[in-house]
Amino acid sequence: MTTVPGLSRRGFIVGTGATGLTIGILAACGPGGKDAPAEAGPPPPEVNAWVHIGTDDIVTVRIARSEMGQGTLTGLAQLVAEELECDWDYVKTEYPTPGQNLARDRVWGDFLTGGSRGIRTSHDYVREGGAAARMMLVQAAANRWGVPVEECSAAKSIITHSPSGKTLRFGEVVADAAELPAPESVTLKDPSEWKIVGQSVQRLDTVDKVTGKQQYTTDMKMDGMLNAAVKAAPKRGGSLKSFDAEAVSSMPGVKAVVQVDDTSVAVVADYWWQAKTALDTLPIEWEDGEGSNFSSSAFEADLDAGLTASETFVGNQAGDVDAAFSNAAQVIEAKYNAPHQNHACMEPMNAIAVWTPEKCEVWCPTQNGEAALAATSEAADLPIQNCEVYKQLLGGGFGRKGASDYISQAVKIAKQMPGTPIKLLWSREEDMEQGFFHPITKAYCQGALDADGNLTGLKIRISGQSILAGIMPQALTDGADMIVFQGLLPSGVDARVEDQTIKYTFPNLLVDHAMRNPPVRPGFWRGVNANQNAIYLECFMDELAHAAGRDPLEFRLAHLKDSPKMATVLQAVADKSGWGADDGLSRGLCCFYSFGSYTAACAEVTVGDDGELKMHRIVAATDPGYGVNPQQIDAQVAGSFVYGLSAMLHQEITFEDGETQQKNFNTYNSMRIAEMPEVETLVMPSGGFWGGVGEPTIAVAPPAVLNAIFAATGKRIRQLPIKDQALR
Amino acid sequence: MATLKVNGQVMTVDVDDSTPLLWVIREQLGLTGTKYGCGIAECGACTIHIDGQAVRSCVYPVGALAGDEEITTIEGLSEDGSHPVQQAWVELDVPQCGFCQPGMIMAAAGLLNDNPDASDEDIDATITNICRCGTFTRVRKGIHLAKTKKA
Repeated sequence: MTTVPGLSRRGFIVGTGATGLTIGILAACGPGGKDAPAEAGPPPPEVNAWVHIGTDDIVTVRIARSEMGQGTLTGLAQLVAEELECDWDYVKTEYPTPGQNLARDRVWGDFLTGGSRGIRTSHDYVREGGAAARMMLVQAAANRWGVPVEECSAAKSIITHSPSGKTLRFGEVVADAAELPAPESVTLKDPSEWKIVGQSVQRLDTVDKVTGKQQYTTDMKMDGMLNAAVKAAPKRGGSLKSFDAEAVSSMPGVKAVVQVDDTSVAVVADYWWQAKTALDTLPIEWEDGEGSNFSSSAFEADLDAGLTASETFVGNQAGDVDAAFSNAAQVIEAKYNAPHQNHACMEPMNAIAVWTPEKCEVWCPTQNGEAALAATSEAADLPIQNCEVYKQLLGGGFGRKGASDYISQAVKIAKQMPGTPIKLLWSREEDMEQGFFHPITKAYCQGALDADGNLTGLKIRISGQSILAGIMPQALTDGADMIVFQGLLPSGVDARVEDQTIKYTFPNLLVDHAMRNPPVRPGFWRGVNANQNAIYLECFMDELAHAAGRDPLEFRLAHLKDSPKMATVLQAVADKSGWGADDGLSRGLCCFYSFGSYTAACAEVTVGDDGELKMHRIVAATDPGYGVNPQQIDAQVAGSFVYGLSAMLHQEITFEDGETQQKNFNTYNSMRIAEMPEVETLVMPSGGFWGGVGEPTIAVAPPAVLNAIFAATGKRIRQLPIKDQALR
Repeated sequence: MATLKVNGQVMTVDVDDSTPLLWVIREQLGLTGTKYGCGIAECGACTIHIDGQAVRSCVYPVGALAGDEEITTIEGLSEDGSHPVQQAWVELDVPQCGFCQPGMIMAAAGLLNDNPDASDEDIDATITNICRCGTFTRVRKGIHLAKTKKA
């Protein structure tokens, strides 16, 4: 079982002061001071909210963001350790809880882990936390020696008084340091002075993952714990009408059959396998609702109508696009599509909840600890101060575990069995049916070329689903979903989406969206709308280059004169791959800007006479501004390619009669090692900005491969996934 | 009732014969390193060894065991994480979220049991586990590195 440290009142005061800027920024959106969370243990010594140092010199860095494989735990610890000047070998990490954050005026800021923001939106205040802690440690040593603090410095967890050569370890002064007032201001190192940040240090969390010791929520055990399996209405809009509990109540291990909410029923048993076996035989009647007759194939017509509809939301507009098309020597057109997809995290949705009339506690994987706490409070029908969420390592998240639906379910089951810990685990089938699906869209791309092969006009019409309309309507802008235009937006217009703007310069441009929302719950799926927008833009750019009789590299670079950073990564992958080489490989390019990073890929493929695709290698480049841990950036690039290419090759969720037709990995395949190309990653941080890492590169692999397939075959693939389409 | 020999220990569990070995290992025996990912032998997260061979335990009814097989789970692959595959995995930082890795490691170790000099083609043919984080490039390097290591 996880132990949860409480945090002292003194720590709160020091912590608040030590991260003054954090508080300054976050107080406006924070919920304000609250009572201590339900489960406050004995106070550990801490230098400030970010750092706890033991007398044995072990440094525990508190990490607010969720680790789900992306390495944020290690990267954020590097940032704190850099300013703290501690020995990296002594560094450990732990999660503060959402309840503690609430009780301490959100001293750790936002817990939300999504949008590739883990590092890029918190690097400043976590470094300030580390720097403040170092200054307090050094001051404590100076006080002990009775010398001016200016004569003292810290390195590798040792404080040295230069004139005398005297030294003290961090662990020897930590108690004194914790009593000191926080410094009024801190100065961060110049990046040129970094010693830990920018290094390919090994992850802090690997060893237990190779021995089976690593615990995920589903591996936890508690006294008296029971296991629950759940089934929600399989059809969109469906609800639970009735179930016959008697029919399964005498099955082995079954303890209870409970209605969870309007749409789902659960069986609770000694063991999960017993619960699932009973649930599979439980007679259940469902009620149809809005969307219960939804069919993906019928919805095609709605999407097609959107491609030429007159009412749209405009995402980006430049010049006079109509005039450009009127005067064109050649007009090129193409239609593309992107289907619904499921996140399919390896770890299915799960959570443990214990409810009593006084309090409710939850252990769960979540990308959004604070939302999980709010969901717990609501489902438990208890004040938020009486609830707590203990975040566990995620077995993959990819955006799916930003939602709290499975947490609410666990609490609602536990509420019907007060005092009994309930571990809820979804089956893979439940996970496939009850997704927050990657939105479905189509695109109609049109390009105007002049007689010299110059692109004089470009139109991209997106027709289809809005994530924001589906799950965050409050974030719409006068009805428009600006996230639909990820990577296609104009720069300098909306600061909220400046990190998702197009880097090409086109004289005449129109990007617009005909919103067509099916009754399917959408979600943020790793890379979000950059996935299909990169295909729409970058495959069509390839089509235009070929139609203009120009080299696809040269054609792109001609429109990147205003974005030397993008031109640099694109040229880098072309050079590294040997663009233009006559070596039997067919190459395809892509460059795209999303989540604040400049990314590019050059794919090298062959397509056999029988149409068999072999992806040999993808050279990738990313400029995320600063590269905190290059070997982990490499892991994220190669990993994101698996996620993106699995979708391109195999993945499509379709609905008939409101129900997913894919229920498991046999019909919703994910790529295996045999399909995996070699990936060569060029990490090219140019400094001066902070871009994301986990998501941006996902978008560049599929267009690069699709363009390479065209180079090999002369045939365009515009219908995704490729699945069983003939490539020749 | 079923009798199994897991990681060298003989154990008896009171369980229906049709229960998949995965769930006996995880729930009755409390060895939670082995993971549930699909339940239909597609993803390989549940991979264990039976007499040194990689087996997907989520579709293996416990009643199909004779009882004298040597079953090895990730917890029993080595005493201290020193199996060549585990060493290679740590050296290369292979895992991301790590959820599929016990199965991936058992599949890799099973391959090397059979074929200590496994080629890329052997890896392609044998390692069919799903990893959604996408660790495949390092998995491949890790298997080749493991070939050079001693337990």
